[in-house]
Amino acid sequence: MRLTDVVAVVGGFPVLAGATLTVERGEIVLLQGPNGAGKTSLLRLCAGLLAVERGTAEVLGHDLSVDRTSVRRHVGLLGHSNGLYADLTVADNVRFWGATVGASQDEVSAAMERMGLAARLAHVRVARLSAGQRRRTALACLVARRAGLWLLDEPHAGLDATGRDELDATLREAAASGATVLVASHELERAGSLATRTVEVAGGQVR
Amino acid sequence: MSTWQIARLVAAKDLRVEWRSRVVTNQVLPFAALVMVMFAFALDNDQALTRVAPGLVWLAAMFSLLVLVQRAFAVETADGALDALKVAGVRSSGIFLGKALALAAQLAVLEAVLLVAAILLYRTEVPAGGVGVLLATYVAATAGLAFVGTLYGGLAAGARGRETLLPLLLLPVVAPVLIGATRATEAALGTNDAMPSEGWPWFGLLALFAAVFGAGGALAFGSLIDD
Repeated sequence: MRLTDVVAVVGGFPVLAGATLTVERGEIVLLQGPNGAGKTSLLRLCAGLLAVERGTAEVLGHDLSVDRTSVRRHVGLLGHSNGLYADLTVADNVRFWGATVGASQDEVSAAMERMGLAARLAHVRVARLSAGQRRRTALACLVARRAGLWLLDEPHAGLDATGRDELDATLREAAASGATVLVASHELERAGSLATRTVEVAGGQVR
Repeated sequence: MSTWQIARLVAAKDLRVEWRSRVVTNQVLPFAALVMVMFAFALDNDQALTRVAPGLVWLAAMFSLLVLVQRAFAVETADGALDALKVAGVRSSGIFLGKALALAAQLAVLEAVLLVAAILLYRTEVPAGGVGVLLATYVAATAGLAFVGTLYGGLAAGARGRETLLPLLLLPVVAPVLIGATRATEAALGTNDAMPSEGWPWFGLLALFAAVFGAGGALAFGSLIDD
């Protein structure tokens, strides 16, 4: 993944103002910086949700300034919201998001198992889950999607100690299998020990 | 995944959401039935009710459509699922067709209930010769409403004040369906001495409307829901 002098604009405001960052496959990179620095915008740009106004952005071999939609099927994005359907069960949600990339039932079950959801929570509606359990469900959906690029915004938020350990193990496993992982977090101690590299984001630039 | 595979996946998910939440059966159906009863109270004249019954059925269907479309996109925006769908990289035409299919299924049930309510409340009769045009109208109007509802629901989904914006955008656009479906249903029921054969040109208008919004929606939906 290679971003060079990227500018992105939202509502007339440059949320990224010349960001340059290179990340190799298998790396786990922690993005740190104050609120409004551009961490979330950087993740959304890499997911193909923000247009490249200027500069060049190449993600998983896709040039985002030419086509920002074809990269999306290879991306797993966990933002501030979880992207879950509250009236569906945990299993329904993981099955649905897994099915968008053709995941088998075994892969769906393995994803739920990985995040500790396979036993008593599988058939519980998301609306009845705690915030941490919802976060785990969202992570299980990402695991089922077998993404090549993981983009996580404050992924540890709301998780208990076990959930955090499971998340870290999952991310290390994904990176070991060749996925690229970008984590934006304010929990520097936790996310820092997970990351292979830390970069500072400030004023829409990467330092 | 192909467009049809995505459409089936999204439609099954939307119908499962409705089945689990029972919003259609517990809220939208009683709302539609109430509208029919209120019309009866307001007009309070059997002859007038029989004469305007086709229009009242489709007007109640339009009001219910607004509730169904709001609901169909509220489940997508409540926890950022629409964003997740965009990132999932699935074909937007598949999302459009899937959501339209699920909406059409719910509308079909609703309209059937409204028609039965009209027959019971307004003492309307369906002559044997009008069954064909009535069924064709029912299918074409349902498809048209589902396509246009999904298209405008997607357009309003990301907007501020979408609850009030949707009726403002949607009602003028569905006016041809209201007119066409009402005239075709009048012909099917023989209201005001109309003949069933007079309904087919109106069915043609409804079919054309459904085809235009079905094709246009499948093409434009991606740009509408994207940032």
